[in-house]
Amino acid sequence: MSAPLLELGGVTRRFGGLKAVSNVTLAVPQGEVIGLIGPNGAGKTTLVNVITGVHPASEGTIRFAGEDITRLKPWQGARRGIARTFQIVQPFPEMTVLENVAAAAMFAGGRSYGREAEREAREHLDFVGLGGVADQRASALTLAMRKRLEFAKGLAMRPRLLLLDEVNAGLNATEVDQALALIRAISARGVTILIIEHLMKVVLSLCSRIVVLHHGELIAEGTPESIVKDPRVVQAYLGRRYAEAAGAARG
Amino acid sequence: MKRDAVIGIVLFALFALVPLGGEAYWLRLATIMLMYGVLAMSWNFIGGMAGYPSFATAAFFGLGAYTGAVAQKFGLHMGVAWLLAGLLAIVFAGLLGWALLRLRGHYFAIASLVVAEVLRELVNSATDLTGGGMGLNLPLPAMSSVDAQARFFYYAMLALAALTFAAMLAASYSRLGFGLRCIQQNESAADMLGVNTTLFKVAAFMLSAVFVGMAGAVYASWVHYIEPPDVFDVLYSVKAIVMVLLGGAGSIFGPLVGAVLFLSLEELVWREFLELHTGVLGLLIVLLVLFLPKGLLSLSQRFARQKRPA
Repeated sequence: MSAPLLELGGVTRRFGGLKAVSNVTLAVPQGEVIGLIGPNGAGKTTLVNVITGVHPASEGTIRFAGEDITRLKPWQGARRGIARTFQIVQPFPEMTVLENVAAAAMFAGGRSYGREAEREAREHLDFVGLGGVADQRASALTLAMRKRLEFAKGLAMRPRLLLLDEVNAGLNATEVDQALALIRAISARGVTILIIEHLMKVVLSLCSRIVVLHHGELIAEGTPESIVKDPRVVQAYLGRRYAEAAGAARG
Repeated sequence: MKRDAVIGIVLFALFALVPLGGEAYWLRLATIMLMYGVLAMSWNFIGGMAGYPSFATAAFFGLGAYTGAVAQKFGLHMGVAWLLAGLLAIVFAGLLGWALLRLRGHYFAIASLVVAEVLRELVNSATDLTGGGMGLNLPLPAMSSVDAQARFFYYAMLALAALTFAAMLAASYSRLGFGLRCIQQNESAADMLGVNTTLFKVAAFMLSAVFVGMAGAVYASWVHYIEPPDVFDVLYSVKAIVMVLLGGAGSIFGPLVGAVLFLSLEELVWREFLELHTGVLGLLIVLLVLFLPKGLLSLSQRFARQKRPA
């Protein structure tokens, strides 16, 4: 097996006295889809913010493609191939859909200003199925379309690692299926994906491996099958007494 | 971009004809208008494009005026003094921006507001160099008549305004302008997309300083005498912002339209309501901003939208 694309070594992030992420060690191999799950407030989004440099790690190191990126700013990470989508979508509202994606192609993807960036942006918009609304304002899109826009922006950044933060939250069943197909297609292009997700259906069908955060700590890691049976995970989600009862029933 | 450039060239060519009219009052007014145009277009870099409400215009203006004046006091040629004023303003803005632009929103606005006050106190106390509170006299330019002088400074201000316009046009149709618009709309998202936000903001701040600094120096040469409360007047900062908001923030022609509109209002109101002109002017501005929050130029877009068949 080749060296992992992303490596976290003992990463901790404190906010005042609170440890939002505590001593997380994790390796994301090249080309895989890793699921990051955990109850609300477990520190999943914070972990993504630490990786991207929005909130730099208080302790520990982060390596990306062999390089120490612990202290890099978000824009520096973006130019090295780390793209992320936001849980709450963040387009540039007054710009057109095309301009939104062109910005990503230009600043992170290294495309030059003007035609070149726009041509590439159009390709990505066609790929995610937004080719028809390219010239509309981003603020005019529906939620499902905005999520797709986030995908197109992410792709235009020519990422090696794509961090997807709850891209399916707020979507209906059909839209989730479409998003799933899109994530598979992106993964097939060789992009490594770390996905934060609440919908178990999505996680189980996409991910080769799952890591579980609880109170900022990494409590379990393994294949989807082993994770859903792991008593620590059941306990984190449903409480100790339920876990004991389930264990007794099974045992 | 081509269309904007053509309109700009025609506009400035028309301005170049103003001195043919001959009347001293109008020429003086037009010179001030062009100076206001420089201030407004400059503010558009940082306030309009990047969305950072800078109140540092007065600081750059005063710094430029005193740099030009002191340089001329030491015998430098007037043109060299003007360039030196621009240079000092841009360097000063670079250093200042590196520190201040880590602040966002109101915090940045207040920090930038204080700069002019600090510079004024410094100039006030450096009596040997600046004359302190007594002000500073500038050498009269060697020109035949008062009319020739007035025309000369009009064309100097016109050239500076054209230069500022060209810089704004170039910036706005480039990677820099695009990145600034991203920052204006969502700075965190821009950062995440690979925009080096600090660098872009500092560049915008420097661009917002250089032409204002030169305008200050031209102004000082024009009026022959400057004193700290005159050139470090916070009203320069406020007026620049009001003009851009009146015309349309972030647009190419907004600042110029705003400058024309503002000066016309100021002049009219001043003539008609001598006693309470500032009050009436303030009321007019409040009304305009209230009913046309995106500036006068947004009217043309609104009409264009109505004309388009549904």
